[in-house]
Amino acid sequence: MTAHAIRLTVNGTERGARVMPRLLLADLLREEFGLTGTHLGCEHGACGACTVIVDGEPVRSCLLFAVQADGCRVETVEGLAGPGPDAGLHPLQECFRARHALQCGFCTPGMLMTLAAYLREHPSPTEADVREALSGNLCRCTGYQNIVVAALDAAAALRAAGVAR
Amino acid sequence: MRPAPFEYFAPRAVEEALDLLARHGTEAKPLAGGQSLVPMMNMRLARPGVVVDLNRVAALAAVRVEAGSLRLGALVRQRALERDGRVGAAAPLLAEAAPLIGHLQTRARGTVGGSLVHADPAAELPACMLALDAVFRLRSAREARTCRAADFFRGLLATALRPDELLVEIEVPAPTTARVGHGFAEVARRHGDFALVGACAVLGLDAAGICRHARLVLFGAGDVPHLARAAAALVGERPVPARLTEAGRAAAAEIDPRADLHATADYRRHVAAGLGAQALSRAAVRAEAAR
Amino acid sequence: MKFVGDRHLRKEDPRLLTGRGRYVADLALPGMLHAVLLRSPHAHARILRVDAARARAHPGVVDVVSFADLGAAARPLAIVPPHPELRGRNFSLLAGGRARFVGEAVAAVVADSRYAAEDARELIDVEYEPLASAQTLAPGAPPVHDDVPDNLAGRVSLTRADVDAALRASPRVAEVRLRIGRGGGQPMETRGLVADWNAAWGQLTVWASSQVPHQIRQFIGDLLDLPPHQVRVIAPDVGGGFGAKLIVYPEDVLIPFLARRLARPVRWLEDRLEHMQAATQEREQEHEVTVGFDDTGRLLALRDRFVHDTGAYTPRGLVVPLLTASMLTGPYRIPAVESSFESRYTHRVPVTPYRGAGQPQAVFVIERVLDLVARETGRDPAAVRLANLVRPEDMPWDVGLTNYRASGNVVLDSGDLPSVLRRALESAGYAALRARAAASRAEGRLVGVGLACYVELTGVGPFEGARVRVDAAGRIAAFTGVTSQGQGLETTLAQVAADELGVTPEDVSVIAGDTGGIEQGIGSFASRAAVVGGTAVALAARDVRAKALALAARALGVAPADLQQAGPAFAERGRPERRVTFAELARLAAGATAALGVEPGLESTRFFQPADMTYSSGAHVALVEVDPLSALVRILGYWVSHDCGRVINPMIVDGQIQGGVALGIGSALLEEIVYDDAGQPLAGSYMDYLLPTATDVPAMAIDHLETLSPLNPLGVKGVGESGALPVPAVLASAIEDALGPRGGRVTRMPLGPARLHALLPPPG
Repeated sequence: MTAHAIRLTVNGTERGARVMPRLLLADLLREEFGLTGTHLGCEHGACGACTVIVDGEPVRSCLLFAVQADGCRVETVEGLAGPGPDAGLHPLQECFRARHALQCGFCTPGMLMTLAAYLREHPSPTEADVREALSGNLCRCTGYQNIVVAALDAAAALRAAGVAR
Repeated sequence: MRPAPFEYFAPRAVEEALDLLARHGTEAKPLAGGQSLVPMMNMRLARPGVVVDLNRVAALAAVRVEAGSLRLGALVRQRALERDGRVGAAAPLLAEAAPLIGHLQTRARGTVGGSLVHADPAAELPACMLALDAVFRLRSAREARTCRAADFFRGLLATALRPDELLVEIEVPAPTTARVGHGFAEVARRHGDFALVGACAVLGLDAAGICRHARLVLFGAGDVPHLARAAAALVGERPVPARLTEAGRAAAAEIDPRADLHATADYRRHVAAGLGAQALSRAAVRAEAAR
Repeated sequence: MKFVGDRHLRKEDPRLLTGRGRYVADLALPGMLHAVLLRSPHAHARILRVDAARARAHPGVVDVVSFADLGAAARPLAIVPPHPELRGRNFSLLAGGRARFVGEAVAAVVADSRYAAEDARELIDVEYEPLASAQTLAPGAPPVHDDVPDNLAGRVSLTRADVDAALRASPRVAEVRLRIGRGGGQPMETRGLVADWNAAWGQLTVWASSQVPHQIRQFIGDLLDLPPHQVRVIAPDVGGGFGAKLIVYPEDVLIPFLARRLARPVRWLEDRLEHMQAATQEREQEHEVTVGFDDTGRLLALRDRFVHDTGAYTPRGLVVPLLTASMLTGPYRIPAVESSFESRYTHRVPVTPYRGAGQPQAVFVIERVLDLVARETGRDPAAVRLANLVRPEDMPWDVGLTNYRASGNVVLDSGDLPSVLRRALESAGYAALRARAAASRAEGRLVGVGLACYVELTGVGPFEGARVRVDAAGRIAAFTGVTSQGQGLETTLAQVAADELGVTPEDVSVIAGDTGGIEQGIGSFASRAAVVGGTAVALAARDVRAKALALAARALGVAPADLQQAGPAFAERGRPERRVTFAELARLAAGATAALGVEPGLESTRFFQPADMTYSSGAHVALVEVDPLSALVRILGYWVSHDCGRVINPMIVDGQIQGGVALGIGSALLEEIVYDDAGQPLAGSYMDYLLPTATDVPAMAIDHLETLSPLNPLGVKGVGESGALPVPAVLASAIEDALGPRGGRVTRMPLGPARLHALLPPPG
C-alpha cells in the first residue's frame, strides 16, 4: 500500500505529511498534527462534530481522506480565533460562552466551524436560517436554543465589526 | 470505524480516470463527493481495492447553459445548484430541491453526478432529473453514449452505468413550451433527511392555458423514482385543482411503495397522492404566472 | 450568599471553545496500543470456538484475547443494587460460552493502530451456533439464562390501601393500555478508556469517559485483584452521559486488564455503530392501567400492571421498573394504588437508567390517565389536574408506595405543585391558547394544547464527598466524586464553595471524578450532583473557613469575632494592616503542632448522606399542529414551569431543562430502537436512529419557582433529568387534543408520522 506525500495549510501554517490513502482527514488532524479540537461523534457523516473548513467550505472531516486535502487550506477550531497565542476569542466563541451555548463541549467545535463558514457567506441570517444551517450538527446537551441565540449575536457582532472572519 | 485498505489515484483528466477504471475493473470505485461512499467505506460495507478520486478533474465540474439547456458536469457540487444563478434560471426545480439535500456540509462536497449514480430511491436529484427529462452523458475508455434519465434508474441503488463508465455530464433540456412551471414537495422526518416520500412536477402550458407538457415523478416510494403515467391525462386539459388532485391520486395508485422502519406502504401511498397534487399545483401556478 | 444564584459564566468554556478539551480520545500515551472489540452478530448463540490465529499473525497486532484468556477475571460483574425479588444476571468482561445480545463483546484485538486492529478483527474466526432468541415480553420465549427459564428477572407489587375494593366502589372506571418504545442516551461522545499499567510501581491509571469513576475502581479492584491504592480512575472531559455511561461496563475492566496483561497503555474508543449495539438502553414497557374516578374527575383508585424489558442482563437490578412503579402517582393524591411489574429478560442489549430513569414512563401513564379522566368527565384537563394535585399543606406527602431504594416510602418533601401548574398555565396564556386551538380546528387545522405535570426524584444517596483544601500558595481545590458530563460542575460547585469560603469562584478549582482526589465517591446520575455533591462541597468549605478563622485568630492574637474577611485573607477589625492570608494560614497549618490545637492542613473532607430523596416538580404546556397529510408534528409553543429548589446557576439550570426537553422530543417523536424477530437492532446508525436537530426543537419559555428542599443545607433539588420527564406525555396530550374527538387516542410512544397517520380523524 503506497503512502502519499501531501502538503496542506492548517490554520495558516504549512504542514506536510506522508499518509496512507485511507487515513481520514479527521485522524490526520487529531493524531498526526495533535489538533484534537475536531471531534469524531459518529464516523458516518451524520453528527457534524467533525466539521472543519476546507477551502472555505464546511465539510465533514470523517468523510474526507487526508490525501484529498493535498494543496488545500484547512481551518480547525484551534485557529478560529486567529493565529498566535494572544489571538483572544472569535466573536462566535465569545457569544457561545455568554449565552451558555455549550455544555459538554463535544459538538461545539463542529458547531463553531459550521457557523463560521456559514456567516461568512450569510452575514444576516434569520433565526430560521440559522436553525437550518445547523441541521447537520447534532447536540444532545443544549436543545439548540442558546446556540441559535449565540449565532445571531455573533452575526450582529461580526456585521458591526465589518469583518468577515 | 475505519475503511479497509485501498490504493488511491487522483487523475487530472477524464481520460486518465477512465483508463484507471478500465484497468482495475470492478476493484475500482470512483470517488466524487464521498457523502454516500465514504460512510459505507468507513462501515466496511464498501471495500474497493482502488479508489479513483475524481475531484481533481476540473473538466467535470463545469456549469454551462447552451441554447436554454443546462449542462452540468457530474462533479458540480450540490451547493452550486443553490448558488449559481444560471441553475436557478435554466432549471429552477433543481434550485428549489437543493436546500433539502442533506445539510450544508453534505452539499459542500456532494456532487450532482454522485447523487445520480448512487441512486438512493429517496434522493431528490434523481427524481428531479427524471421530471426534467434529463439526458446523461456516459463515457468509458472505449465509448461515449447517452442515456435518458428515464432509462438510467434500474433498481434499488442500481443504474444503467457500467462498471468501467463514468457519468460525465447531465443535460437538462430547454423547456418545450414558453409557459413552464415546476413544483416540488417532500415529506421528511427531519430537515435534510432523505424523503419518506416526495414529488416533483413540470408543467408546460400554451398561450391559452392548456397543458401541453406534464411530467410528475414520485420518489421515496419505490426502488426507483417513478414517472407517473397519470400525468399524461393532464395534456390537453386545463390544470384545474380537481384534475391535479385526481392526477396525484392516480399516480399514487401506480406505485408499489416499500415499508421500512420509518413508514408503512399505506402511509407512503397516501402521502404520495397528496404530494403529487401539491407539486402539480405549484407547477401550474408558476406556469400560469409565466408569460 | 454572593455567587449562588448568579448566572456565572462557565469556567469550563475557554478550553472547550478553543479545542483544548481533554476527552479520552485526545489522550495519547507513549507506546500506546489500540483496542477494538469483536461483537456477536447473533442475538443468541453458543460460542463454540474463537480462533485468533490469523488475526494474531496480522501486521501490527500485539494480542487477541477471548474469554479463555481472562483467567481469574472471568467472572460476571457485580449487580448494583441488589433486591430480594431480583433474579439477576450480569455480563462478564467477554462473552464465554454464550452470546446473549447482538453486540455482546466476544474478543478484543490490540494493535499498534486503530486501522490495523480493525483489519485484524475481521480475521478472527468465531464458530457460533445460533439459537432461537427471546424478542417478546410474552411468556414462553426462549430462556435468556438457562437457570431462569421463565425469563422473569423480578416481580414486584407496590400497593397503597385496597385497590380492588376502591375500584369496586368507584362511580366510574376506565382502562387503557399503553406502550413505550426503546431508546438510548446517545451522548455525542461515545464511550472510551485509556488504561496505563506501570509495572514497576504496580500502578494502574485509567481515564474513562464515565459517570462513575469510583465504581469503576471498585470493580477493577474486585475483578483484577488490585487494592484501591494501586488504582486511579479519572473521568476527564466527558462528552455527555445521559445514563449511557452510568454503569460499569465490561469494557471498563477489560481495557485495564489488557493494559496490565500487555504492560503497555491501551486505548479503546467505542465507535457509534458499536454504541448503538452495546451501550445500554431503556424505556420499553407495556402497561395495563385501570383507573377509578368520580364525576368530578377525582382519582379514587389506580392499578397499573406492566411488563418491563430488561434486556439480556441486569447490571442495575430492578432499578428502572422500580422507579416507574414507585413514581406512578407522580404529583397526584390517589388514595388506593397498585403498581406492579414483571421485569423480563430478552436477548437484547441490557436496560439501565437513561435520562429520566423509568420516570418518563410513569409520567406518561399517569398523564394519559388524567387526560382520559378529563375526557370522560367533560372537565378541562388543567382543572382535573389541579383537583388531584398534592397541595402545599399536604407536604410532606407520603405517596404510600415503597421507594426504589426500599429505604421507606416515596415521600414528597416539599414543593407547591398547584402553583407550578398555575404558573405554567399563566405563562402559556392557557385560556387563550385553548381558544386559539379551537378556532384553528374549526378552520380544519389540527391544532391542540397539551399539558403534563411531574415530580422528579433527585438527590439520591448513599452519599457524596468533597475534600476542600487550601495549599501553601493559597490555591483552593475542591475534590469530589461527582463527575461532569456537561452540567458545569466546575462552575456551580465553585460557586457553592466560593460563598462558603468568602472568595470568588475563580479562586476555587473543582476537580471532579478523580479517585486520586477523594477516596470515596459515587458519581453523577439521578440528578444528584448538585444536591449531594454540592452539599458535600458546602460542608467541607464551611469547615475550611471555620478552621481558617480559628487559625487566623490564633495567628493575630485576637478573638475570632474581632476578625473581618476580605477575600482570601482575614484582618483585625479597625486595623487592616494586621492581616493574614489563606496562604499563610495554610503554611501555618502545614506544620501544626499540638499547641496549635488543630489537625494539620487547611483542608476538610466531608460527606453528605442525604436522609431521603428530594423531589423537584414541574409542569409543561405545549401547542402543536399536526399536518393532515403527512402527520408530521410541529411544536408551535412550549412553556415550562419548574421547581428545583434553590438555583445555584439559573443559566445552567435553564440549559439543563432545554436539553432535557430536546431529548424528550426525540423520545416522543423521533427516536426508537426496534429489534426484528431475530434480535437484530434495525436502527443501527444515525441514518435510522433520529436525534432531534436544531429544526426540531422549539424555543421554550422557562419559569422558575424555588421551594427550598428541607433535606439539605443548601435547599437544592436536582434538575438534570427534569426537562425530559413529561415531554412524551405533554406531546401526547397536545396531539390528542389536535386530533379532536374523531381522532385516535395516543397510547404509544414514540409517535412517528406513520403511526400518527393511523390516528388522524377521517376527512370531512
